[in-house]
Amino acid sequence: MLKKDAEIINSLGIHARPASMIVKLASAFDSRIELEKNNVKVNAKSIMGVLMLASEQGDKITIIADGKDEEEAVEALRELIEIRKFDEE
Amino acid sequence: MKNKIFRGTPASPSIAIGKSFVYSPKQMVLSSMVEKKDITEELALFEKARNMALKQLRNLKVELKKASDPVSARLIDVQMLFLQDPLFLNSVEKRIRTGKESAEEAIVSFSESLEKDFKDIPNSYIAERYLDVKDIVERLLKNLKEEEPDGELGSHGDIVIAESFTASSVLQMSKAGVGGLIAEKGGRTSHFAILAEALNISAVVGANGVTEEVESGDEVIVDGISGVIVINPDEDTKRRFERKKEETNAIQKKFLEQKDLPATTIDGYSVDISANIELPIELPFIKKFGAKGVGLLRTEFLFLTSEDVPDEKEQYDFYLKVAESAYPDYVIMRTLDLGGDKVFKTKVQEENPFLGWRGVRFTLANEKIFEDQLRAMLKASAKGNVRILIPMVSQLEEIMRVKDMVEDIKIKLKKEDVAYDENIEIGAMVEIPSVPLMADFFSEVVDFFSIGTNDLTQYTLAVDRGNKNISSLFDQLDPSVIALMEMTVRKAHHKHKWVGICGDVAADVVAIPILIGMEMDELSLPPSFIPQIKNIIRGLSLKECKDLLEKAEKKRSASEVREFLKGEMLNRFPSLKNILVEVEND
Repeated sequence: MLKKDAEIINSLGIHARPASMIVKLASAFDSRIELEKNNVKVNAKSIMGVLMLASEQGDKITIIADGKDEEEAVEALRELIEIRKFDEE
Repeated sequence: MKNKIFRGTPASPSIAIGKSFVYSPKQMVLSSMVEKKDITEELALFEKARNMALKQLRNLKVELKKASDPVSARLIDVQMLFLQDPLFLNSVEKRIRTGKESAEEAIVSFSESLEKDFKDIPNSYIAERYLDVKDIVERLLKNLKEEEPDGELGSHGDIVIAESFTASSVLQMSKAGVGGLIAEKGGRTSHFAILAEALNISAVVGANGVTEEVESGDEVIVDGISGVIVINPDEDTKRRFERKKEETNAIQKKFLEQKDLPATTIDGYSVDISANIELPIELPFIKKFGAKGVGLLRTEFLFLTSEDVPDEKEQYDFYLKVAESAYPDYVIMRTLDLGGDKVFKTKVQEENPFLGWRGVRFTLANEKIFEDQLRAMLKASAKGNVRILIPMVSQLEEIMRVKDMVEDIKIKLKKEDVAYDENIEIGAMVEIPSVPLMADFFSEVVDFFSIGTNDLTQYTLAVDRGNKNISSLFDQLDPSVIALMEMTVRKAHHKHKWVGICGDVAADVVAIPILIGMEMDELSLPPSFIPQIKNIIRGLSLKECKDLLEKAEKKRSASEVREFLKGEMLNRFPSLKNILVEVEND
């Protein structure tokens, strides 16, 4: 199992479009992937789950992956959130 | 009870009489609970409904793309993800397997538990996504009953009544051939109302309480011209509305035949009549109703229907499409006219939003958003038929800063070798009284003015139209508002700048003579009103309009002005009685 923190940088937070980007990306991996914020854990492959996390700019979330491609999964999601900033900037 | 009368906001100028279909999704769910069948069968039913829904959404997406509405198409994507959500699938399956629920019950109970979770989300924008879930749930429930989605919202000639409508439901209703719609909520610029008008469905909106007083099957009259709704009319009332319907249809047909004749008065004064437009689906109406280009392109819908702030490319695609549809006539594109709360969905709390961070005040403070929009507009101006309009201007400084930004963008575009109109005109909205009062100075820095009468009235009289206790004080023909409009035209013309009107008053037939009397250069109005307004202008002379303006300016209240102008217009155009005089009980 692998964990990594990521900070939400894009100004609008994880609204519907970023949430769908997370779900689509997470679904491409075999590992079980979860996102955690303030002790709430959700399935990163569930749009309802990701939206319910209600992450806004400045929030820190933890990406947790468990499976044979966990390393790639965590890195890809971190990149989407922190580097690509959901392609918003 | 016979002849129960309601009043709402007229939203699509035609009359429909038909059987009512009261659309209330909740009742449909409760009444249709079925007996439980075995687990495998229920799972299969759910799977079938889900696959149907995915197919319907794919088709809808194709249709929206054809209607060049990529933004709504993207919202469909989110709904499709909901349908494939493991949380949803597992929960429904568990409810059917171990909870022994029917497929229908499982969907309903899942959605109810989800609603609670979403309601706890502090970010209102994300919490609103529950509406997408609700949409999906309704679709699934309908599919379970194997209803054809086209038949679900009333059938031919029906009057569909609901709390509110979505844009896609109006599209479906139009296909089913419904005659009219009535909504408890919404205003004339609600998207569903604009669509209804565009698709020729009679509509009255903002009719509070109507769903409680009507049952499916009742006969209903919708008068989208005056805003009157009659439930279960008696024979006499029905006959009078039928006559009004026939007469207005005949007149509108005549107007439509003459739509391309110029708006020139008997003594040769010409004014441009252009269209107020917001949605891609409205683009064909520029030509259909004989508009001379677009006098107001609202851009808020791009921002409100989008999941996030739309980028330059997305905006450019839309602006270019509008510019091409209107070519060779002009399109006046208004930059974003929203408050920060609307753009960022949360975080901006203001005590007085209407006196707050709106329009240009907001865009100047959010340079990235503003620059993207201005760049997209400039790029769409390559053929020379785009003008830029700045909303919520109150100070000269704001115009100067916008112009600086535009000049900087021009330099960048030149370096990038991108075509644009070097002489693009930049105008200010006249909504805040400081602009007419200081119009001498503003005329030195803008190329044109466009008067937004709704806001000008609101800010002049300090009346919020939505506040029922004072809304009777709101009238765009208040003598003070007329004085400010005239002041704007006089000062602007003195400096050889032109003035248009893009507020509701331009579609108000009694206001036409005084607007012409001021020598307004352009009137921009909802497309379907254009043929009639042009016809009226052709029946007036500039000389008599000046005379009527002078007399109207001696009146001391909005109601005196209205009474006077109504009398004068009815004398000249007896056929206007169908618009100016409500059909009511004797």
